Amino acid sequence: MPTVPNPFSFNRQDLVLIMPQLQLVLFGLGILLIDFWMDAKTKYMNAVLALMGTVFSGYALSRLYIQLSVRAEMGEKAGGLAGFHDSIFVDPFAIFFSALFLAATALVALLSVKYLEIEEEHHGEYYALMLFACAGMMFMASGNDLVVLFLGLETMAISFYVLTGFLRRERRSNEAAVKYMLLGAFSSGILAYGFSLLYGIGDSTNIQGIGTRLAERVRVMELVKMTQMGGAMGEQVRRSLETQLPGIAQHDPFLWQVLPVLAFMTVAAGLFFKVAAAPFHQWAPDVYEGAPTPIAAYVSVASKAASFAMMVRIFVAVFGATHAQWLYVVAAVAVASLTWGNLAAITQTNVKRLLAYSSIAHSGYILLGLAAGSAVGLQGLAYYLMVYLFMTTGAFALVIVLRRKGLIGDELEDLNGLYQRSPAAAVLLLIFMMSLAGIPPTAGFMAKYYILQALINTQHPVLAVIAALYIVPALYYYFRVVVHAWMKAPGDAPHPVMSLGQAVALTVAVFVTLAAGVYPEPFAQLARFAFSIGR
Amino acid sequence: MLPVSHYLILSLALFIIGVVGVLTRRNVIVILMSIELILNAVNINLVVFSRLYGDAAGQAFAVFIITDAAAEAAVGLGIIIAFFRNRETVLADEMDLLKW
Repeated sequence: MPTVPNPFSFNRQDLVLIMPQLQLVLFGLGILLIDFWMDAKTKYMNAVLALMGTVFSGYALSRLYIQLSVRAEMGEKAGGLAGFHDSIFVDPFAIFFSALFLAATALVALLSVKYLEIEEEHHGEYYALMLFACAGMMFMASGNDLVVLFLGLETMAISFYVLTGFLRRERRSNEAAVKYMLLGAFSSGILAYGFSLLYGIGDSTNIQGIGTRLAERVRVMELVKMTQMGGAMGEQVRRSLETQLPGIAQHDPFLWQVLPVLAFMTVAAGLFFKVAAAPFHQWAPDVYEGAPTPIAAYVSVASKAASFAMMVRIFVAVFGATHAQWLYVVAAVAVASLTWGNLAAITQTNVKRLLAYSSIAHSGYILLGLAAGSAVGLQGLAYYLMVYLFMTTGAFALVIVLRRKGLIGDELEDLNGLYQRSPAAAVLLLIFMMSLAGIPPTAGFMAKYYILQALINTQHPVLAVIAALYIVPALYYYFRVVVHAWMKAPGDAPHPVMSLGQAVALTVAVFVTLAAGVYPEPFAQLARFAFSIGR
Repeated sequence: MLPVSHYLILSLALFIIGVVGVLTRRNVIVILMSIELILNAVNINLVVFSRLYGDAAGQAFAVFIITDAAAEAAVGLGIIIAFFRNRETVLADEMDLLKW
């Protein structure tokens, strides 16, 4: 009798693999507990605890990194650490993205303290939910199993619904939360339907196993097509198929042909929703405008990065064998996102809404990296997501700095004369906008450069030309923001005052935005590390 | 046991009813119910495949989907109540502070 492994058994090493997530969840629960003892003056301690959570989690992550590099030096070929019956797989890809999520969480926590004080909604739940969302994102990056991926996604998404509606008395925040929740749950449902079909195809919830089965199936279908061509060749193939896979002719054609296509379509639609790619982007502008600004930044950078990490995992592991077929679907969605995002951003008068459309356009560029599918393309995708995180957080941080009692500060007019009011903020704004538009010597330029290079290397010159042309409208609308800040009269608007947390976050964001543009090599190395030893 | 395709067509029909419901209904609560229909279509699929392959993983997945649906409904209804307190409506087309 074969020994069946006990499904409830796991060892200490398994727990070590999810230690970064465990740290985050423990700190999140801790915040919920001590929040009761905090009065209005000491509420900032919640943010301190959240930051400590990210630091501890980062330490656990670095231990995993060391463990991985030791194994790599010993010549281990597995490329990662598997645990929990192969449902968690910690490889360089997972570590890279987990580090990105932690960075985003820490930056947003720094930006939130003063903002929540102004809004008079300073509650511990806010930081706890941020940490829970971050733990969910880490599971999205390290999951190797449909169940883990789906639950990670939902942990993130449900936390974000609450965070979006966190300003309970603010009607725009309520409305954004309702829209985000409805469309988010809808897209999760579609994604889950795709997952259930994948389970049907693969007889397993393990994405590697499903990928293997799907690849086999594609090959068999090709052989079956050959038998239908007839002739001596077709006859020979038919006979060898009969011997190797008896009963193939009787097999349900529905299961064999329709299901993979339907599964791909539903999974792709669900994931495109999550990364806000056109035509599934309608929620993004509303959510960014209505949500508390730090959360808009968090949704924009972290949720997007996590969804892209999950998308890469699934597309490469499950649909890797059929890349040549879905490449055009992804490319079409990418071009649609570029078109819609860039053109709709031109007419926006609200900075948060403008950044939302810009983030849709950026999704287009990142998807092109996936469409290219080569190593350079995927590294470009990782690099793009990394610099996008810092430059977009920086841009949102400036909107947060402008927030004061009685002024939301997210209209373009609110930026008028920023140069006279606060030269430092105006210079930072210029740098972030240059980077978002993709002008050297900023990081945004290098990110677009890697994507375009990958497209040209993989013989997609048309896509490269389209991607390059859309920089023109992007220049127009990003520099409209700069014009408001630098050339308009300030009026009687007061000087913005930066808190310590905001100053630290802005310094980090601007440092990476400039450093990754002037000297991109170490950052590109990080992106290469993410795809160094995948499965 | 009926052929698997019968069950799959049933679940596909449920799925499509859910999607159409989300896209056409005005009342937010009905939209939430349509989303539950989609998740039930998912559960039917999972259980059918689980039975077909004699593999318990699909049923475990279905339990997780049910849990997730409960969490989503709890948070979703909470958000809708917060919205209703401020606006006195649950109709999707009256959510017009932000352009759809």
